[in-house]
Amino acid sequence: MTRIKTSYNRRSFMKVSAAASGGMLIGFSWLNGCVPATSDKKTGLAVPKEWFDINGYIKIGDTGLVTIYSPNPEIGQNVKTSMPMIVAEELDVPWENVIVEQAPLNTGFYQNQFAGGSLSIRLSWNALRMAGATGRRMLMEAAAKEWGLTVADLTAKDGQILETNGERTVSYGEIASKAVGIEIPEEVELKQVKDFKLIGTSIKNVDGKKIITGEPLFGLDFKREGMKIAMIQHPPAFGMTVKDFNAEEIKKMPGVTDAFIIDTTLEEVGMFDEKGFLQLIAIVGESTWPLIQAKKAIKANWENIGELEDSSLHVERLEKALTSGKVQESRIDGNPDAAFKKAAKVIERTYSAPFIAHNTMEPMNFFANVTENAAELIGPTQTPEALEGSVAKLLNMPLENITVNMTRIGGGFGRRLYVNFGVEAAAISKKIGAPVKLIYTREDDMSQGTYRPTYRARYKAGLDENNNLIAFSVKGAGLPDGPIFPKRFPAGAVENYKAEKIGGETNVTTGAWRAPRSNFTAGAEQSFLDEVAELAGKDPIDFRLELFERAINNPVGEEHDYEAERYAGVLKMVKEKSNWGEKIPGVHRGVAAYFCHSTYVAEVFDMVMLHGQPKIKKVWCAVDCGIVVNKDAAKNMVEGGVIDGIGHSMYSKLTFANGAVSEMNFDRYQLIRHSQVPEEIEVFFVENEIAPTGLGEPGLPPAIGALANAMYKATGQRYYHQPFATERQVIG
Amino acid sequence: MASFNLNINGKTQQVDVDPSTPILWVLRDHLDLLGTKYGCGIAQCGSCTIHVGGMAVRSCQLPVSAVGNQEITTIEGLSENGDHPVQQAWLEHDVYQCGYCQAGQIMSASALLKSNPNPTDEEIEGSMNGNICRCGTYTRIKKAIKTAAANSENA
Repeated sequence: MTRIKTSYNRRSFMKVSAAASGGMLIGFSWLNGCVPATSDKKTGLAVPKEWFDINGYIKIGDTGLVTIYSPNPEIGQNVKTSMPMIVAEELDVPWENVIVEQAPLNTGFYQNQFAGGSLSIRLSWNALRMAGATGRRMLMEAAAKEWGLTVADLTAKDGQILETNGERTVSYGEIASKAVGIEIPEEVELKQVKDFKLIGTSIKNVDGKKIITGEPLFGLDFKREGMKIAMIQHPPAFGMTVKDFNAEEIKKMPGVTDAFIIDTTLEEVGMFDEKGFLQLIAIVGESTWPLIQAKKAIKANWENIGELEDSSLHVERLEKALTSGKVQESRIDGNPDAAFKKAAKVIERTYSAPFIAHNTMEPMNFFANVTENAAELIGPTQTPEALEGSVAKLLNMPLENITVNMTRIGGGFGRRLYVNFGVEAAAISKKIGAPVKLIYTREDDMSQGTYRPTYRARYKAGLDENNNLIAFSVKGAGLPDGPIFPKRFPAGAVENYKAEKIGGETNVTTGAWRAPRSNFTAGAEQSFLDEVAELAGKDPIDFRLELFERAINNPVGEEHDYEAERYAGVLKMVKEKSNWGEKIPGVHRGVAAYFCHSTYVAEVFDMVMLHGQPKIKKVWCAVDCGIVVNKDAAKNMVEGGVIDGIGHSMYSKLTFANGAVSEMNFDRYQLIRHSQVPEEIEVFFVENEIAPTGLGEPGLPPAIGALANAMYKATGQRYYHQPFATERQVIG
Repeated sequence: MASFNLNINGKTQQVDVDPSTPILWVLRDHLDLLGTKYGCGIAQCGSCTIHVGGMAVRSCQLPVSAVGNQEITTIEGLSENGDHPVQQAWLEHDVYQCGYCQAGQIMSASALLKSNPNPTDEEIEGSMNGNICRCGTYTRIKKAIKTAAANSENA
């Protein structure tokens, strides 16, 4: 056991409520059917008559059933299962006895209640363990008091407390009522990693049964008595706003109860607030289809308030940024200019990627019920706290009058870090004085985005006569922000090194898209290194390992932001697992490794030619994310990241004409489909006892490099410009 | 507005809606059958897949007036208790990530297995290509379909 002070957010461990019903958390209920706000599990235990709140994470019923609250938004990264697993591990309760509930936003109890940056598990690891350990300790103290013993005389395991040198036992359910009054321990003991029973196993998704039977789970499924439906229409192009529209005509249409313009301008604009379309046409009615019809009948006067940008302008701006743009961040080691001059071989390559949309399968939507003194928000958000803050600003209402509940979320990928759709729902609810659910059509969703910025980067490498890499430089421009992380690999591994991140202008709204910046940089850098290794006549894995050796033994310059040993570790692992040296006729292999979001991933792609087309036969992944919490779910995340990386680099792009998005739906915007994915993906994890880091993003970036490198081996052609399937540089 | 008697999941349901209303919105807005999902509205993503007369159909493109008395099955009616072999295989492989597209995937897969109980990889890809999974659970979906096929054969 590791003894640890319970300093971490002690408020969440406090006795939370005297109410036997567990009334401290304001949950919400689904209107249709009798769907309880619990997850499916066949516990085999009777439904408790009484529940006892142990702390902000744990509620124990008199029958031994344990409710664990999952604090963070569930966007498909499976935290609704894996976060409660961590609590259950330390509480030491059989998973069969656990039911999981989504916690609402509660900044008093929980910290870091958001889904982003692959941070949920990483940031909450200690808090979740402590929540479980605190609960266990309190139950033990209650039992010790009952039996006139001390905690040292007792053992707690599998939902039972046992007298270590005696015969008495008591279940958590039987003792829970007595634990409620116990003072929160100053110190608790955490398990040693080797004693974990649940962490490291594969636990199935707690919402699985509901998903496969179609129970309402998502924001779009939420209904409330008296609730209206609303849709919005934003201007047709970035750089435009709405002046007026045929509101009277629209209001007379069947199924329409109201139509007006909302203004969501906030005095202070936060990181996650809308920056593009602030004035929107809103149409309200009783059901969805009449509103979709009414949207088509809108005749609006749109006004130009900014430049109407084309994709060709974006390419020009990126090129200009690369030659004379504003450097946002940079790093220089040694003397790159001099080193390039004396290099025996120099290679320079340019890479690019277009704007892309998030395209979560569940389009943006939110429920809002704004009354004179309060606002209730329910729906899919990755950042409930940011939403609460923005709604407070919009309504000029104190934070404590606003509640935010999270539904299960039909995909995030970064789009739902931004809160405009929730703010818009609140503005509409306020205007009509009724509860409302705002729904975006797919076209609204795709054309009012916070897109992945478009990028362009120039890589240059110099080799000496002995084919050693003596100089490396990269300049990466993006609209509006550049893609380069100057302190990342190969910083620290090359004597003469220069990296510049450069920004440019656009009024297209952009934001975090799964593995921001890494989703471009990894592909570009790892394809470039493949070409450099080839020029040096070296095996691509050995070439990279040589660089890591340098970073381990004699690092160049000030600190770099990766651990070279762990980086090399995943490369070595994927080399071994994939039998890298082995030549199989007809199989073309590419490799890449990348570190982002505190996790190291290396991937090998095996490609074959089928009917003249490259086809991915197998992907091998080696991952170092520290301790793996839920093994099969962790594999699922990596598999999804690989497929997402392939899909977006091969097929997806957004183009602009006169400020308007040309791809508005899946007929023109291509997403990867069944026939285009690898036949098999195998995932291996490095085993260690390092505190866990995230997996939502790190599987994606290296896939792009490994794909490009394997395609080169299969086709003889290098791929520089995404989407690779078209390889057209005109894409902005 | 017009009145329609629909045969959904073995029950007759009456709705009064505009005849152009797609079955998707009839299910979701008027009958509270929310398992069938809206994804694109133009039959490109497959999230709204249901069975009409046993065939997989995109409900976002099927007006209520075109249905007549054909038998409609939605995800809620695919089995009594989530025990259809395809649903069971989804549980076994823990297929889903966000889960939003999976009802549509399951409806497409179950229609495929009904007409072709033992599909090849290419046949699976061919009939599942209309169903997008943005999370990228495709390899698990394929495995689950094969498991369901094998389990149905052994049943």
